Amino acid sequence: MYASIVFLPLIGSLIAGWLSLGNRDRAAELITCGCMLLSLLFSIIAFAQVAIDGQPITIDLARWIVSGDFEAMWRLRFDTLTAVMLIVVTGVSSMVHIYSVGYMSHDNARARFMAYLSLFTFAMLMLVTADNLVQLFFGWEGVGVASYLLIGFWYKKDSAHSAAMKAFVVNRVGDFGFALGILAVYQIFGSIQFDEIFTNAAVMANTEINFLGGALPALEVAGILLFIGAMGKSAQLGLHTWLPDAMEGPTPVSALIHAATMVTAGVFMVCRLSPMLEYAPLSLDIITIVGALTAIFAATVGFTQFDIKRVIAYSTCSQLGYMFFAAGVSAYPAAMFHLTTHAFFKALLFLGAGSVIHAMSDEQDLRNMGGIWRKVPVTYAMMWIGSLALAGFPFFAGFYSKDMILEAAYAAHTGVGSLAFWLGCAAAFLTAFYSWRLLIMAFHGKPRASAEVMSHVHESPLVMTLPLLVLSIGAVFSGWLGYELFVGAGMDRFWGDSILILPIHTAMEHAHHVPTWVKLLPVVLATSGVVLAVLCYSVWTGVPAATVRAFRPIHAFFYNKWYFDELYDAIFVRPAVRIGAFLWHKGDRDTIDGLGPDGLSGLVVRVSAAAARLQSGFVFHYAFAMLIGVVALVTWYYLRFGGM
Amino acid sequence: MIGNWPLLTIITFLPMIGVLFLLMIRGDDDVVARNARHVALWVSGFTFVVSLALVLNFDPQAPGYQFEERSDWLPGAGISYHLGVDGISMPFILLSTLLSPLAILASWKAITVRVREYMIAFLVLETMMIGMFASLDMLMFYLFFEGVLIPMFIIIGVWGGARRVYAAFKFFLYTLLGSVLMLVCMLAMYIDAGTTDIPMLTSHGFAAGMQTWLFLGFLASFAVKVPMWPVHTWLPDAHVEAPTAGSMILAGVLLKMGGYGFIRFSLPMFPLASEFFAPLIFALSIIAIVYTSLVALAQSDMKKLIAYSSVAHMGFVTIGIFTLTEQGVAGAMFQMISHGLVSAALFFCVGVVYDRLHTRDIGAYGGVAAVMPRYAVFFMFMMLASVGLPGTSGFVGEMLVLVGAWKASSWVALFTATGLVLGATYMLWLYRRVMFGKVVSAEVEAMERISRREVLIFAPLTLLVLWFGIYPASLLDVMASSIQIILDSAAAGGAIVIAGR
Repeated sequence: MYASIVFLPLIGSLIAGWLSLGNRDRAAELITCGCMLLSLLFSIIAFAQVAIDGQPITIDLARWIVSGDFEAMWRLRFDTLTAVMLIVVTGVSSMVHIYSVGYMSHDNARARFMAYLSLFTFAMLMLVTADNLVQLFFGWEGVGVASYLLIGFWYKKDSAHSAAMKAFVVNRVGDFGFALGILAVYQIFGSIQFDEIFTNAAVMANTEINFLGGALPALEVAGILLFIGAMGKSAQLGLHTWLPDAMEGPTPVSALIHAATMVTAGVFMVCRLSPMLEYAPLSLDIITIVGALTAIFAATVGFTQFDIKRVIAYSTCSQLGYMFFAAGVSAYPAAMFHLTTHAFFKALLFLGAGSVIHAMSDEQDLRNMGGIWRKVPVTYAMMWIGSLALAGFPFFAGFYSKDMILEAAYAAHTGVGSLAFWLGCAAAFLTAFYSWRLLIMAFHGKPRASAEVMSHVHESPLVMTLPLLVLSIGAVFSGWLGYELFVGAGMDRFWGDSILILPIHTAMEHAHHVPTWVKLLPVVLATSGVVLAVLCYSVWTGVPAATVRAFRPIHAFFYNKWYFDELYDAIFVRPAVRIGAFLWHKGDRDTIDGLGPDGLSGLVVRVSAAAARLQSGFVFHYAFAMLIGVVALVTWYYLRFGGM
Repeated sequence: MIGNWPLLTIITFLPMIGVLFLLMIRGDDDVVARNARHVALWVSGFTFVVSLALVLNFDPQAPGYQFEERSDWLPGAGISYHLGVDGISMPFILLSTLLSPLAILASWKAITVRVREYMIAFLVLETMMIGMFASLDMLMFYLFFEGVLIPMFIIIGVWGGARRVYAAFKFFLYTLLGSVLMLVCMLAMYIDAGTTDIPMLTSHGFAAGMQTWLFLGFLASFAVKVPMWPVHTWLPDAHVEAPTAGSMILAGVLLKMGGYGFIRFSLPMFPLASEFFAPLIFALSIIAIVYTSLVALAQSDMKKLIAYSSVAHMGFVTIGIFTLTEQGVAGAMFQMISHGLVSAALFFCVGVVYDRLHTRDIGAYGGVAAVMPRYAVFFMFMMLASVGLPGTSGFVGEMLVLVGAWKASSWVALFTATGLVLGATYMLWLYRRVMFGKVVSAEVEAMERISRREVLIFAPLTLLVLWFGIYPASLLDVMASSIQIILDSAAAGGAIVIAGR
């Protein structure tokens, strides 16, 4: 049963892939959705057995890469951390599968789409059930490929396939770090199995390895290298540029991959490696700082964007930052808690946005929306629930998890912890602001779309709204339900051995005993963010434009995403092609060939032509040459021996 | 059952029997061409089936060579007809016997003139390749090693593209120049050891000073074959001009001769020099990976791009070999087999669209995925295998090479790993420009879907790449003990000489 959780989506994907060749879309939809629902059912059972009853198990499948003492096995690992991810992945994925049946109904390659979705789910499940770093890498790259295929699903659109390629290549930069991290771990522990690493981490805490010529703390090197991988996959500052572009994919893809599951893989990895990272304080600090910076960076960009999906994408980026800085202050349970609640409400927001786009005849620009809330009441309600949960209003899911993170950051009582706390609070304010900006611009005010578009606005069919309802239940209740288990009193028993927090790292414990103002501040900030948004976009509607005019450089900086794309384009992308062309022309053709084969054959031709010219046929030429030869010979003989 | 059969001799010379048949065909040009294709396909297919007996009867646990055959050739001179395989050469023989029928199938429609002569060249080529990997006598090895050149030279020079003569001569001169130096070294070894028997030479123990020169001599030949930077410039030209099937064999098998030579000769026979020159090899290989990857980015010719990518991939191989670690050598071996399958498939991918549009210019394509969906699947899979996606054979080799490289030095691993990023960039960009986007022209729109024959070529390669990616143990286990023996003898060679000082 446990193995079938992972492999059912693969089977579904293969069958759907086969069916796509014959354009049998309906059959493919039924089979993939069926496989996913079955997988979800088994996941729930597995969650009960593994997490609630506390019975982790591993399943051996086969030998994989075995060479000398390097051993990477195919083995599935089910512990609490995995079980939580199973619920998240199969839960959101099956909802997205069902939703896609409605959303993609006008597309003529639905079977292919369903095959990709299931393939993605399989890779994601391999990732979360990995028992060693190389298998984790398998899932890691697998979800990357699935994401590449899905972003570029509409491959005839130039923007789609260029975004797909960008996503893959930027992720590869992260994977470069990941791969080196695996090698460092292998050198330190002589193994890449999680169990071996975790049992020996304490012993290796103070060892050093030689890395790039210097002796450096072993676990820090491994930790930081692996975190570079996590930064790529989870779109953290510096390697985030692919995520907003990834919105070129169909909206269900954005919900599943670029909000709920794949982008959280980095957070999952950091939590998975907690038994090792706990002994690498510098790595944890770096994780905290990067997370905190990402949280604020993405929020500042998010409130200037006009594409409805991009706003939500930057919001995802920002929320991932929260998760990372939670993990960085050793509040792994809080990170996982937020990961779980976020999966529900962010998938809800994306699918809701998809429903809006669907209703508006594929319009994505907020400036061309407005005034439709009466026509799409269910979607409107869902977006409210999602936004309330995201902003962290009391008793919605985000309230429990996001406040927990901020409290933990405060309770860490470290410099980086405080930095994360304050940046996180600022981001919380911005989050509420841009969420309501989105709500108001999309649904309220005067309609800004053409009359023709407005006449087609309609509520989505049941196959799309039903998944929304299911996710909204998660967005409302998952925080309240999960609190005790994930971060409350039952925490230690629930997580068992899957997460390690050293006694000296007390953020998680002290988070429950912070001053009242720390508990209240996020809610106050969120409320004021909402109020400000309502004022700016409903009451004094001239204010946003006036603000933009007044702070044009700052707005431009935010609106252009801090110019990361332009920067990378100038220092990496364009030079690479130029250098390539230079090496080809000047290196290969002019230097190597010029001096090598072409030069040599040219020389031979010239020498033989010269030699041929000597044979002129005139006797006096030969006689003259002979004379010179005789003179030279005599001279040489005289100089060599004559002097004696 | 087959214990007493001279299996290796049979496999090696079976294609030559096909050549005899081909010579006997009489009739009109059409008849000759059709019969020649069928004879060549059946003979090479049959050779492949027979070569499966090697796999079935091979004992991975047994140390040393298996299926050995020896008879005196020049008895007084210590030269004999000596064949045998171990876990290192056996996979290469299978690779050769597998790719040969596929290559012949790939030329089914593309070659229309002098079909009989073409097929003869291919079958001779197959014999030479198998013989080279099966030889346990240095003289035989040399004959086969050089013999491979001749049919390939002819294939490029006669059935190649517009600049085929330039490319053929460049190919020939480069490889011949290296070989001459190797021949001199072989003579020196023969004079020193009094035999050309490879197992005996392996245990001979050459003096430290001599090893240096011998190593350099062999390096000159193998480096050209691999090819290593900066003696790689023959490869793009040869590939561009060669017919599709020629490229498949060239990339699939011929490039591996250099790597095989390093493992068979350089490592066990000149261990001190191998260790001494390892940093040089690392430097050249890293340059190869970074430099040729960047050059690949700048290409507008599909075949040239894949040719440059081959140079980068073979850079992984040479790094792996000279880490002198078990994982490094195993990774290099795995990478060679994997690259043999993947690059053959990629060159065939180019061939498929070239047959339809008669251009290799990337700019002439665009939106092919919409027109040829099944082809898009195969091409996508091979592209991903080429960038080392886990689950395909490409990943296993790269990962193991990186493990070995890290043991040698984290710097080497760092630079080697840049290949992961660069490789993804140029391959994805190629795929994007050719396959994605809108259909660019009426010619592209009119391209036919892939035929059953073409699927028949892709299918086995795809299955093997997937199989070796998911269960690489099936290949790693075959190689493991032979690699251990090579490394042990390298270590022993080192130990003896150091004690002698």
